[in-house]
Amino acid sequence: MDTGFFVTWLRDAATRIRLQRDRLTELDAAIGDADHGANLDRGFTEVCKALEDWPPTAPAQALLTAGTTLIRRVGGASGPLYGSAFRAMGKALQDPVTLPGFAAAFEAGVVAVERLGKAAPGDKTMIDALAPASRALTAAVEKGLTPYEAFHRAAVAAEEGSRATIPMRARKGRASYLGERSVGHEDPGAASSALILGALAGVAVKEATKEVD
Amino acid sequence: MVGIVLVSHSAGLAAETAALARSIAGDDVPVAAAGGTGDGGLGASVDLVEQAIRAADQGDGVLLVADLGSSVLTARLVEEPGRVVLADVPFVEGTIAAAVTAGAGAPLGQVLAAADEARGFRKCT
Repeated sequence: MDTGFFVTWLRDAATRIRLQRDRLTELDAAIGDADHGANLDRGFTEVCKALEDWPPTAPAQALLTAGTTLIRRVGGASGPLYGSAFRAMGKALQDPVTLPGFAAAFEAGVVAVERLGKAAPGDKTMIDALAPASRALTAAVEKGLTPYEAFHRAAVAAEEGSRATIPMRARKGRASYLGERSVGHEDPGAASSALILGALAGVAVKEATKEVD
Repeated sequence: MVGIVLVSHSAGLAAETAALARSIAGDDVPVAAAGGTGDGGLGASVDLVEQAIRAADQGDGVLLVADLGSSVLTARLVEEPGRVVLADVPFVEGTIAAAVTAGAGAPLGQVLAAADEARGFRKCT
């Protein structure tokens, strides 16, 4: 996993968020303030620009640039949360990047989100997608799986985690003001986390295809 | 004097709460507003919060008072232990209690404690 891998991941995440912007906004309109899709799209578009303006020379640098840009440009809660996650991940990532190193750095990112948002699993937040993804990565490392297989499992875990937020009652964030009315809706932050993990699995497919070629 | 920075989703809410606090605590209390996104929308901006901290900082520390969600998260990002501290208080009542105490020349710890007490204010009993 070189710098190009991480830049491609962030760019593909930006594309997936753009394509799903309206769905994220609809999810947020149900239980929040209907700005999650637009905010994240703006933030990740700025991330792509920043990666072009200041081409990173190491994987950690790509993540730090993304994190700082998201903190400064998003304007909603997802900016500080995703921004802190990418920054914590960047700070923890050692070059050259191995799967165990990636899994440990990803976990550091999830811990940063938990600390900043003071959210726990079951609160109906992005943690409900990110924590299962982190556990899937750790389990894949223990089993000695390939990065492709590990990222695929992490993406599936995030997707399942996001769908599992539907029956939950929100205990953090704007949706928590709705109480029982938050039940029955997928959490937009968990949904966008699943998109970002989906992009990671997608990039791993591209890399694996290159190796086969 | 301890500075007060109001972090709100809304530029109007932050500015008017700052004006209200100054009218009660006195114009010399450094109360700065950081509301909304930089481009006039609802949300929070780290840049605006950092600007407001610089404006309110007289060297005695700054108390941050935030309204909801991303305002709280953004304020937590810029905290500096012992110097720039976020209060976990109701927006209006906490701001006024903090501004009045800051105006009396109290140090940051006492300004934070005064804001904290505002959480228990009763209006009708």
